[in-house]
Amino acid sequence: MPLLTAHDVGIERGDRRLLTGVSLSINSGELWQLVGANGVGKTSLLRALSGLARLGVSGEVQRHGSLLYLGHASALKLSLTASENLRYHPACDVEACAEQIAAALAEVSLSGLEDRPVGTLSAGQKRRVALARLMLSPASLWLLDEPFTALDAAGCEWLERRMREHIAANGAAVFTSHQPSRFGALQRDLDLKHHVA
Amino acid sequence: MSHDVPSVSLIAAFAGQFARHAKALINSPADVANPLLFFFMVVTLFPLGLGPDPERLSSMAPGILWVVALLASLMVSGKLFASDFEDGSLEQLMLSPYPLAILALAEVAAHWFATGALLALIAPVFGVMLGLPSEGLLVLTLSLLLGSVCLTLIGALGSALTVSIRRGGLLLSLLIIPLNVPVLIFGTTAVYEAVVGGNWVSWLALLGGLALGSLALLPIAIGAALRVSVDT
Amino acid sequence: MWTIIHKMGSPPWFFRFSGALVRWLLPLTIALLCVGAFWGLLIAPPDFRQGNSYRIIYIHVPAAVVALAGYYVMAFAGAVSLIWRIKMADVTMRAAAPVGAALTAIALFTGAIWGKPTWGAWWVWDARITSMLLLFFLYLGVVALFEAYENKTAAARACAVLSLIGTVNIPIIYKSVDWWYSLHQPASIKFMGESAIDSSMLYPLLLMIAAFYCLFVVAVLLNMRAEVLWRHRESGWIQQLVERA
Repeated sequence: MPLLTAHDVGIERGDRRLLTGVSLSINSGELWQLVGANGVGKTSLLRALSGLARLGVSGEVQRHGSLLYLGHASALKLSLTASENLRYHPACDVEACAEQIAAALAEVSLSGLEDRPVGTLSAGQKRRVALARLMLSPASLWLLDEPFTALDAAGCEWLERRMREHIAANGAAVFTSHQPSRFGALQRDLDLKHHVA
Repeated sequence: MSHDVPSVSLIAAFAGQFARHAKALINSPADVANPLLFFFMVVTLFPLGLGPDPERLSSMAPGILWVVALLASLMVSGKLFASDFEDGSLEQLMLSPYPLAILALAEVAAHWFATGALLALIAPVFGVMLGLPSEGLLVLTLSLLLGSVCLTLIGALGSALTVSIRRGGLLLSLLIIPLNVPVLIFGTTAVYEAVVGGNWVSWLALLGGLALGSLALLPIAIGAALRVSVDT
Repeated sequence: MWTIIHKMGSPPWFFRFSGALVRWLLPLTIALLCVGAFWGLLIAPPDFRQGNSYRIIYIHVPAAVVALAGYYVMAFAGAVSLIWRIKMADVTMRAAAPVGAALTAIALFTGAIWGKPTWGAWWVWDARITSMLLLFFLYLGVVALFEAYENKTAAARACAVLSLIGTVNIPIIYKSVDWWYSLHQPASIKFMGESAIDSSMLYPLLLMIAAFYCLFVVAVLLNMRAEVLWRHRESGWIQQLVERA
């Protein structure tokens, strides 16, 4: 079953055309990596797929199912604690009790830091707080923009495992990364250099 | 979007967003104290500029207090959505299965409690300092309570429209000052009428009407403006 | 109705249509302005209280009336742009804002000139002048917001939201300023009240109002044509136009 279909999507930024003719259908159980050089429009395409970007986007994007989007900015309030940030997340799509949130934070190796203001955490730890949403959200489709940035080796390994679990559980994910293929035969690549306008 | 089946009720989502911003404000008391301090400082300037004559000050007090309240609201409203824009919270808010207008209203409500309502409650102290007759003090608070609902919502619209623009501060004042004029007129007149023993109730009723109208209309405009700001 | 809206949305069609319209409307505007000004400034009788100084209403009132109407035109274009996503509506809004702001400035300026012999001061916080000043700010806000956005589609959306809220607010602003004025001023000062105007003065005024409406339409159309030319400078139909010219 397709969770997201995009038909002939083109993207303009200001007066400049970035991408044309992107068509794809993302089915459950699929993992897609958007590949391309800096500035080619990976983030723009991801934002167009999520529905955040509409101005300058032509073509059609249809989504069937709930969505989790993780952008460059991690939507964390620095003065709130890690658990408060997850509990009152602006996407409002999760109703998690304290135990679930503690378990999610433990999963990303942040046990003991639940009640520290996020502003006092390191960049990698902040990223982990944002990624803890992958444990809480019921969304079937994940759109992840550079999810491996700022993570250490153990963090990358955890994220990779979590993404494999999600795919195995009939979810789907699209992510961008500069690093070459991590998932081998499991993943499909969409190379944006074929769609540069 | 319509396909999503929210696992949280709308009321819970509203309460969650309200709590998020209320807690953030409580954790940064400087943001709450700054507009009050600003109010205090600017009120101090008026006797210095106009002379200490108590009669003159007391006759001008309703206007002074309301203008300064308007300026204080102008000062804080620029920041309303700024951090949400920078830290990516607005993107997540857009993607929420709930109406953006309602979630934005939750944030504005938290902001109103910390700025408008607090300022209205403290305003009588400054009223006394300017020699506002005691008949006007209660109406001053009531008018500021109702009026600051409008001021905060209009300020939120200005913030939503300019949050993606670098150096949007001056632009924000240009956008929202003309929209705030009726609030200023109704508010000062209510206090003025209370001082001279006139019919202040109808002016408060007008302010209440404006507040209700703003509550009905402006969240939708704020939502639309936020969508534009995130999408640039 | 729909076909008209869609035709209006097509830039080449608009360009041809507006060209024809301006060719008719421009001479008409000039004629109306000449006749109206001649009639109002030279033929109409002097006012029994203000003498000849009242004649500035033949500029002041039309400018003020059309400036207010212009805001509604702009907001309507904004609503069309928000609802139907028609690019020409964006262009209309963008074109109407500076014209409206200029008319408001003319109304303010002539109001000040009129104020000197009438009230003995260049500026009086009269209800109408104050409302006009606030309208001027509202226009400036839309113009400044449009310029501040780099992405012009986003700019049009933002300005549409702002001008719609402004539209709802304008009657409230006017009413509140009216009340504010009547509360603070003794009634005797308001001698430009709702006194009936003699038809010998009224007809040239109506003519001038019509002339200013035409002027507004012509200015907005010319503005829109310049914008359309700029936006589509690379496209084929403009190249053809240039070659033919």
